[in-house]
Amino acid sequence: MFTPHTPQEIEEMLGVIGVGSIDELFTKVPEKYRFPELNMSAGLTELEISSVLREIAEANASADDFISFLGAGAYNHYIPAAVDMILRRGEFYTAYTPYQPEISQGTLQAIFEFQSLMTELTGMDVSNASHYDGATAAAEAANMAYHFFRGKRKKIVLSRSVHPQYRETIRTYMQGFDDVQVLGDEQAVGTSPDPGKLMALIDPDTALVMVQYPDFFGRIIDYTKVVEAAHAQGALVGFVFNPTAMGMLKPPGDFGADLAVGDGQPLGIPLSYGGPYLGIFTTKEKYVRKLAGRLVGETVDKEGKRAYVLTLTAREQHIRRERSTSNICTNQGLMALAATVYLSLLGKTGFRQVADLCYQKAHYAAENIANLEGYELAFPETPFFHEFVIKTPKPVEEINFHLQQHWILGGFDLSQEYPELENHMLVAVTEKITRHDIDDFVQALEEVGHD
Amino acid sequence: MNIPKELKYARTDEWAKVDGDEVVLGISDFAQDQLSDIVYVELMVEEGDSVNKGDTAATIESVKAAADVNFPLSGSIIAVNEDLADAPEVLNNDPYNAGWMVRIKPDDLSELDDMMDADTYAANIEEREG
Repeated sequence: MFTPHTPQEIEEMLGVIGVGSIDELFTKVPEKYRFPELNMSAGLTELEISSVLREIAEANASADDFISFLGAGAYNHYIPAAVDMILRRGEFYTAYTPYQPEISQGTLQAIFEFQSLMTELTGMDVSNASHYDGATAAAEAANMAYHFFRGKRKKIVLSRSVHPQYRETIRTYMQGFDDVQVLGDEQAVGTSPDPGKLMALIDPDTALVMVQYPDFFGRIIDYTKVVEAAHAQGALVGFVFNPTAMGMLKPPGDFGADLAVGDGQPLGIPLSYGGPYLGIFTTKEKYVRKLAGRLVGETVDKEGKRAYVLTLTAREQHIRRERSTSNICTNQGLMALAATVYLSLLGKTGFRQVADLCYQKAHYAAENIANLEGYELAFPETPFFHEFVIKTPKPVEEINFHLQQHWILGGFDLSQEYPELENHMLVAVTEKITRHDIDDFVQALEEVGHD
Repeated sequence: MNIPKELKYARTDEWAKVDGDEVVLGISDFAQDQLSDIVYVELMVEEGDSVNKGDTAATIESVKAAADVNFPLSGSIIAVNEDLADAPEVLNNDPYNAGWMVRIKPDDLSELDDMMDADTYAANIEEREG
């Protein structure tokens, strides 16, 4: 049972650390991110409170209220009803790996199935039981590469077309190692689909080279030469991948990637204003002692029956202490289950179909937008999956404001993260978008372009 | 418990054997027995590295624990036992011969004087066993 602190206990704790009030504790958090003052009058009944709260909540709009062309790392896919139904079964409904894991054979089996599916998707040998989100998984990849070389290689080379928030998370992780250099994603290196400038940065001091596939701009780039260049210098290569695209594209494992990480949100997990999501972390067998997080293995019990266990736990922090390569000993169990159920329901054919629909619809949209006066594709020569960049005749913020009047959520305003991409919009199209939706979007773009 | 007379021992259960002007290092029979089945050995150094007394030579994982092997003296690495990576069970079966871990050229052989002889080590183990 959850026991909240009494006012006396709170006073006592504040006294010990020398802070005047709870509010004072949070002054370091910018005000706009703090929990808002609800201003509810005292003595309301439960019925009254729920009606006040519903009114407040109605100020939010969800992706279901709009036709959404917003992606940039989180995608609005259809989720079969059975996913939620299975997720909410009492036997599964906990976010954690149980503390006596082997007693929960069902949970371990689900994680084992998840791991098997992830290796199937990526063409890699091993998957862990998952991380919090794609950004964490990417940072753990950098962490693993650093520890694989025992700190002797100091450079993490990042492509500028890796998700900006993932790069930020990698930097946050790496600041603990004061001699590590994270580079390659500067504006000067650029976002050209030709990775030549990035490859020039790879040297014998490079622990990891990380690229995204499809990249943050939705582009499908052949990374064969990057992998060769990295391996020639003895460095590891990490791919940040989009799982939906794996229904159509050559998997990272076939490129020779050492690590393939990504966000599993597109696999049956709702947008939910940003989380909980699902970090996918896969690698090659030779790195299995260095990978973070839980790992479920299949074995037989003393009667010879199939059974599941947590395996290779000696690399984890609760046993190896400060020598472990990561302090993450948990996983995103419920979301991993969602991805497992989603993929099982779709099957191989259904999954390919989703990828194909996304691809075809995105290309239909791109073609029609490119025909509009004032609009053009930013990378017309480079193939893309379900996301693409358009140059707009006006600032994206202005266009998106107009689109909202039509109940359309426009694409991501790239100038927020890339100063060199002023008036560039990243448009995502999933299977949920109809041809009619795309036609409406194109028409609204034309309108705002003319104003 | 097998505690060869000719070796020197550290409190953290490493053994050292003087071989000409080189020293060979490994873990004791007592150490392997305490760890139980060893499933993985990672050598943290390679040929040519310079190491200081107290540095980590290797990490050992058994079915129930993970442990570090530390250098009882400073020097440069002459050779490491690469075979252990594929056959970590050798540390359980033959800790004093096939289970050798690192061969080192010591900077100062007198650093070995801080280590225990076989009898002192035997008494030390007995004390720890209670």
